Amino acid sequence: MNGSPNAAILSAAGIHKRFGALVVLDDIDFAMQADEAVGIVGPNGAGKTTLLSVLSGAFPPSAGTVAFKGGDVTSLPATQRCRLGLVRTHQVPKPFGGMTTFENVFVAASHGAGLKRDEAYEETLASLKLCGMLGVANRRAETLGLLDRKRLELARALAARPTLLLLDEIGGGLTDGEAGELVETIRELRRRKIGIVWIEHIVHILLQVAERLICMDAGKIIADGEPQAVMANPQVISAYLGGGPK
Amino acid sequence: MSLLSVEDLVVRHGLLQAVRGVSFNVERGETLALVGANGAGKTTLLRAIAGAHPQASGRVLFDGADLSGAPSHKRVGMGIALVPEGRKLFVEMTVEENLLLGRTAGRPGDWTVDRVLETFPNLKPRRHARTGHLSGGEQQATAIGRALMSNPDLLLLDEVSLGLSPLVVDRVYASLQGLISSGTTIILVEQDLNRALAVSDKVICMLEGRIALAGDSKSVTREEVTKAYFGLHRKSAGGVSA
Repeated sequence: MNGSPNAAILSAAGIHKRFGALVVLDDIDFAMQADEAVGIVGPNGAGKTTLLSVLSGAFPPSAGTVAFKGGDVTSLPATQRCRLGLVRTHQVPKPFGGMTTFENVFVAASHGAGLKRDEAYEETLASLKLCGMLGVANRRAETLGLLDRKRLELARALAARPTLLLLDEIGGGLTDGEAGELVETIRELRRRKIGIVWIEHIVHILLQVAERLICMDAGKIIADGEPQAVMANPQVISAYLGGGPK
Repeated sequence: MSLLSVEDLVVRHGLLQAVRGVSFNVERGETLALVGANGAGKTTLLRAIAGAHPQASGRVLFDGADLSGAPSHKRVGMGIALVPEGRKLFVEMTVEENLLLGRTAGRPGDWTVDRVLETFPNLKPRRHARTGHLSGGEQQATAIGRALMSNPDLLLLDEVSLGLSPLVVDRVYASLQGLISSGTTIILVEQDLNRALAVSDKVICMLEGRIALAGDSKSVTREEVTKAYFGLHRKSAGGVSA
């Protein structure tokens, strides 16, 4: 799967996703370059997480195609997309209970990235270090606090060696200081040329990293462009704050 | 003395601190609108005031009395009634039965089934219908009526327009206007900012469990609330203007 340097690393065309009669994604077209950091915002129920799930392979689309690194991955399961470098985190961290932080990340390095034992070990240490988790490497994951669970979610994703990282609301519930640390970690990923798609409700955190912003509402993309312009778009503000009579 | 004083209130959901040291007052007869993005802590704050969710620290004073530790039914008896998000009706029971249940933990007062039906005329022909068979607007009216049957001094309304068509929302708000005019003290969570500002005396915008903006609804601008809503008033937002 090789694309030209200017080709989109990830693209989705004509994506529909229905759950029974409920249309969650309604004809989404999306494409991004390898070096982009794209933020996705939108009110609850807009379809953001479902889009991430379709892109990562957790859900098949009802219609449409997903391409990654120039190849059609629509029919590939999430595990195979992960091996290709398309890796996601989840909104609610779900570490493997009964395993340590180190073991959780090691699973991602060995099974997500497919690394051999020694290489997986090194990758695990590097990911833990990057996410500031070496100090809790030997703690059982279920004993971690919220910030460390979020860090673990990120560390696991990094150990899978992503080319493109799909982040689902990893900033929620963090204090200002913790959010600042998270932003610094993600900036470091950008310096390492890892592409980012980041869904986040906390817009002011997202705007510190995203170079491009997409706003979704009711299963559609209603704005896509430079973050300041998107956040000033009256349609975006109405999607959040309504436009009822004053 | 304020009817309600919330002092440095902290409320947790497990590991998550959903309300982070919030303080404000509500005077008798006032309507306060709570706005903010999903996850900002609005519903948790309302539920904590109603005693439906335990507070981690801080105080809630109602008519001068510290409510700390008081269970929700005791608070209903003191004059606080919550209309929860999603209505939470007893769907196998009729409108009238739901309304009468609202009276059980409440106080003596002027609210009767007939008066609720006068306030929400769309419920009149549905008096003996099971609430599970009602439209969204009728269900919402029943939920508000059930709260009123406890004769509250303070009515907490959580997302009353959620899932309703604009026309039905207009009808619900027209009925609420009557309650407001009659002097009922109300705290309402509303996603539609224009509607929230139009119906309220004061507005609080929450962001990540804190109060990002508090002001007079008639003087605060949509732009000010929008910046607070998205956290764009912060320096860390990179100077973004909305």
